[in-house]
Amino acid sequence: MLPQFSYVRPDTLQDTVRHLKEKNAAIHAGGTDLIGCLRDGIMQVDKIVSLNALSDLHGIRETADGGLVIGALTTITEVAENLLVKQKYPGLSQGSSEVASPQLRNQGTIGGNLCQKPRCWYYRGEFHCLRKGGNTCYALDGEHQFHAIFGHDLICVITHPSDTAPPLAALSAQLKISGPEGSRTVPVENFYLLPVEDLETETVLKPGEVITHIVLPAPAKNLRSSYRKVRARRSWDFALAGLALALEIENDTVTRGRVYLSGAAPVPWRSRPVEEAITGRKLDAATIQKAALAVVEDANPLPENTYKMDLFKGVVEEELNAIR
Amino acid sequence: MQTIDITLTVNDQQQTLPVKSNDTLLEVIRDYLDLTGSKEGCGEGVCGSCTVLLDGHPVRACLTLALEADGCAVTTVEGLADEDTLSPLQQSFIDHGAVQCGFCTPGMLISAKALLDENPSPDRQKLRQALSGNICRCTGYAKIVDAVAHAARPESGCPDCHTKDSGGDHD
Ligand SMILES: Cc1cc2nc3c(=O)[nH]c(=O)nc-3n(C[C@H](O)[C@H](O)[C@H](O)COP(=O)(O)OP(=O)(O)OC[C@H]3O[C@@H](n4cnc5c(N)ncnc54)[C@H](O)[C@@H]3O)c2cc1C
Ligand code: SF4
Repeated sequence: MLPQFSYVRPDTLQDTVRHLKEKNAAIHAGGTDLIGCLRDGIMQVDKIVSLNALSDLHGIRETADGGLVIGALTTITEVAENLLVKQKYPGLSQGSSEVASPQLRNQGTIGGNLCQKPRCWYYRGEFHCLRKGGNTCYALDGEHQFHAIFGHDLICVITHPSDTAPPLAALSAQLKISGPEGSRTVPVENFYLLPVEDLETETVLKPGEVITHIVLPAPAKNLRSSYRKVRARRSWDFALAGLALALEIENDTVTRGRVYLSGAAPVPWRSRPVEEAITGRKLDAATIQKAALAVVEDANPLPENTYKMDLFKGVVEEELNAIR
Repeated sequence: MQTIDITLTVNDQQQTLPVKSNDTLLEVIRDYLDLTGSKEGCGEGVCGSCTVLLDGHPVRACLTLALEADGCAVTTVEGLADEDTLSPLQQSFIDHGAVQCGFCTPGMLISAKALLDENPSPDRQKLRQALSGNICRCTGYAKIVDAVAHAARPESGCPDCHTKDSGGDHD
C-alpha cells in the first residue's frame, strides 16, 4: 500500500505552482519514478500535484528557426518515435528508446525522466544514507559496482540514471522552468548538482518549480548525434556506461564537439578530455585511439567498478568509428 | 479515508468507482473489481505482471494512481476472451506450452495484444522488443515468443514453432 497523501490535478500552471508551494507537495507526471519512491519510503509526500491537466505541456513542435520545443509531459515513447526528433537529433531519439521498457516509456515523461531520483540500492532500500540526510555513504564501503567513477569526490557515488539528459546536454538543450518567482531558462548542462554542491537534491529546481518545456536549438548543418548505452541486461536496465555525442563534422574534421557520459557520475558527465582529443581533428584511427584513452583520464574508480574504465574506452572507440 | 469517484471503462464496461487518493489502478482492478488476472509481482514497475492497456497502450498498473486513470479505458487479461471462447492469442499460448507457473502470463498476453493491435505481423525482433518489459522467471521465453509469432501468422503453418531460439531479449 502506498502511504497516504492528498491529490490535486490543477488545470493552470498558476494553480500548479500555488499547490506546489505547500510543504511536502510533489509533482506527478507519469508517476513511474515517483510512485516507486513513495513505495520505498524515500521521501515524505503529503500532497501530489498532477500535471496531467496542463495541455500546454504535451507534444512536440518545431520552432521558427528550425529547432524543437518538447513539452515536459511528452511521453518517452513519443520522443523516441517522433520523426522530427529522429531527423534533427538522432541522439535524443536513441537515448529515449534506451529508457526502461516499452510500458514504462508509454507512461514516463521526458520532464520526469530529467528529474528522476537516483537508483543507488542503498538509497532505494532501507539505508538512511547521506543523500537521505544520514551521515554515511553505504555504497563507498559496500557494493558499488554500478556506481560512479567521476565527480563523486568520495562523498556520494551515485550515477545519474537518465538516458535523455546526456543527449540533451550534448545537444545544448535548454529547460523552461516556471515557479513562484516567475519563469527562467536553464541549460541542461547547468541543471544538475554534484554531491559537493548539494547532497540531497540532484537538480537546481527550487521548491514549487516545474519544468514546462525543453527547447532544442536548430541543428547545425553538419551536426551528427548519437547515444549508446551499455547495460548488464539487454531487455532493460540502467546504463553501466553510456555515451552521447553531438559533433559538427566538416570535410571529415570535427569542428565542434560536445560529449557527455551516462553511468559515469552523479550528473550527466561532460567529457572535456574527449572533446579536446577530437576537436579540430579528423576522426582517424590515431585520433580515436587518443580519445578512447582520454575518456578515463580524470576517472576515480572505486575498487569494484574499475571495469567501467575499459567499458568507456571501448564505447568511445566504437561510437567514434560509427559516427565518422 | 475520503474517497473520490472515478469513471473507468474496464473491458468495455463503464463503471463509476469510489477510490482513495493512494489507490493504484492495480489495487482497484484486483480488490474493488475482483479482476485478479493482473498480478502484483515486484510493485516497482520492473516485472510487467501488472501490465494492462490504458487507452490502448500497455502500462504498469502498479505505478499508476487510480485517480490518474479517471475517464480512461482499461483492458485486462479478462477482457481478451469472448465469454468462454479464448482469443487466438490465448489459445496459442496453450498450444505452444507458453505457460509454466502462469504468473507472468496475463502481462505477457496484454503486451502481446498491444503489439498485435498495432502491428498484426511483427518480425521476431519487434516481438521480443514488445515483450522485453515482461519478465518470466520460469524463463519460458522461447515458447512465449513462438506463441505470439504463431498468433500473428497462423496461416503460415507456424514456421517459427520449435526453432532453436534463445528466447529473446532477456539474457
Ligand atoms: C523499472 C524501471 C526502469 C527504469 N529504467 C530507466 C532507464 O533505463 N533509463 C532512464 O532514463 N530511466 C529509467 N527509469 C526511470 C523513469 O521512471 C522514467 O525514465 C520516466 O521517464 C520518469 O518519468 P515520469 O513522468 O514517470 O516521472 P514521475 O515519476 O512523474 O516524476 C519523477 C520525478 O520528477 C519530478 N517531476 C516530474 N515531472 C516534472 C516536471 N515537469 N518538472 C519538475 N519536476 C518534475 C517528480 O516530482 C518526481 O520527483 C526506470 C524506471 C523504472 C521503474
Ligand atoms: S551513493 Fe549516495 S545515495 Fe548511495 S548510499 Fe552513498 S550517499 Fe546514499
